[in-house]
Amino acid sequence: MTDNNDYVSSEPLIEIRDLYFSRGSNQIFKGLSLDIRRGQVTGFMGPSGTGKTTLLKLIGGQLKPLDGKVYIQGQNVNAISRSSLFELRKRMGMLFQSGALLTDLNVFENVAFPLREHTKLPEQIIRDLVLIKLEAVGLRGARKLMPSQLSGGMARRVALARAIVLDPMMIMYDEPFAGLDPITKGTIVTLIKQLNNVLGLTSIIVSHDVEETLSIADYIYVISDGEIIESGTPVSLRKSSSEWVQQFLNGYPDGPAPFHYPAHEYIEDLLVGR
Amino acid sequence: MLDWLQNVGKKGLHVFESLGRSTMFFLLILQGLGVALVRFRLTLREIYSVGVLSLVIIAVSGLFVGMVLGLQGYVNFAKFNAEESLGIFVALSLVRELGPVVTGLLYAGRAGSALTAEIGLMKTTEQLASMEMMAVDPIRRIIAPRFLAGIISMPLLAAIFSAVGVLGGYFVGVGLLGVDSGSYWSQMQANVDFSGDIVNGVIKSVVFGIACNWIALYQGYDAIPTAEGVSRATTKTVVRSALAVLALDFVLTALMFGDI
Repeated sequence: MTDNNDYVSSEPLIEIRDLYFSRGSNQIFKGLSLDIRRGQVTGFMGPSGTGKTTLLKLIGGQLKPLDGKVYIQGQNVNAISRSSLFELRKRMGMLFQSGALLTDLNVFENVAFPLREHTKLPEQIIRDLVLIKLEAVGLRGARKLMPSQLSGGMARRVALARAIVLDPMMIMYDEPFAGLDPITKGTIVTLIKQLNNVLGLTSIIVSHDVEETLSIADYIYVISDGEIIESGTPVSLRKSSSEWVQQFLNGYPDGPAPFHYPAHEYIEDLLVGR
Repeated sequence: MLDWLQNVGKKGLHVFESLGRSTMFFLLILQGLGVALVRFRLTLREIYSVGVLSLVIIAVSGLFVGMVLGLQGYVNFAKFNAEESLGIFVALSLVRELGPVVTGLLYAGRAGSALTAEIGLMKTTEQLASMEMMAVDPIRRIIAPRFLAGIISMPLLAAIFSAVGVLGGYFVGVGLLGVDSGSYWSQMQANVDFSGDIVNGVIKSVVFGIACNWIALYQGYDAIPTAEGVSRATTKTVVRSALAVLALDFVLTALMFGDI
């Protein structure tokens, strides 16, 4: 675990500057600026609908911002050509919430997919590389299974093996712990941490699973209403004086984030039509 | 009144927007056809899926349509003692019109709807997005091979439909109703023109193949990524493909045979 100074002093891999994004009339980011440091696990936390997954899509160039810039290794993701973006993406891995495995291919072929698409490696080397990655996620024995035969946790582990098969510089995790049992959650937590350390990756985790994210992240941004409410190491976040952060970390049902969706006065609503 | 006008304007804009998107989609598919040709193994797999697996419905439908043509033709030609013309009637009806058109309609229902559902579900389950993030263009890797496979399959299916239909007409006309076998085949051979009839039929089926696959793949790719969205897209594919086939058939028939 790093402290605030360690994190801030390491070199940024991703720089986000004055990012604006909206869907229809719903403004999701209002001038968001932040850095994601190389070699660290950076977490983004916040309630559902705050744009955490949208942020990953903006970093990956799947969405274009209304305004602002996303730099990865100094390259503005939104200003480069499609072929340059695809070259950049070969060095980025992304783990989708559902795993997003290709359902017509078995586990082995899913992991081999990026290798077959982007390299001309001999079959024997592809086999070895795929088995090494599957071994890393503990699913070498499941190589012949189809995605429909996998549990949610297994599917995510296969997707993780696929995401690291081209040895990327960074990997983005979209809600990696959602809907998993405690044992599988523990496995995924360990895998993310180990892969980050062993492969020297930069990891970005988007999650609202508080304990899991706090346990592996080096630095965390808490986002709400399109802005950063708080940022810091897990230790400093736990000590935060922000009521909002405390409500989120401890799961209080009411507080700065209200329990009730905005509505008319309750009594008025009940008396309508009488 | 203002609301009504606003609504019309909104719907009009939506139609133009959709037309623009589908045209861009079509151009991107054309760009991706090179990959589908170079990696022909991907296209072959899809030919099996949209072509070979449609064979049963095409052959059975062709047989029944041919049998109906044989029966209707015989009943009407018999009034003028012209039963020997049954072969020409069956063959020309199938090769010029019913072969390409009914194959197009059946293709839309069997293979087109399956394509839309498949692509729509790939979108819903983020498979297309994950491909993009793996730096693989889904239009080149997924869409273009399916499009090419559909264009190759459609004329072959239409030819099989017509051939089986001719046999169906033979079975009813010659086998059951007693038309002379020699007249059936010789009249057909003498009056069905290769370039005028068969090639035009093939051109029609290629055009229907382009229309049906474009519609099916676009609807899947543009589907709202929910169960309801995919369901709506599948319905749209069948309805729009059927209308496109019938409308294009009129235009092509007018150009090919209509002296317009």
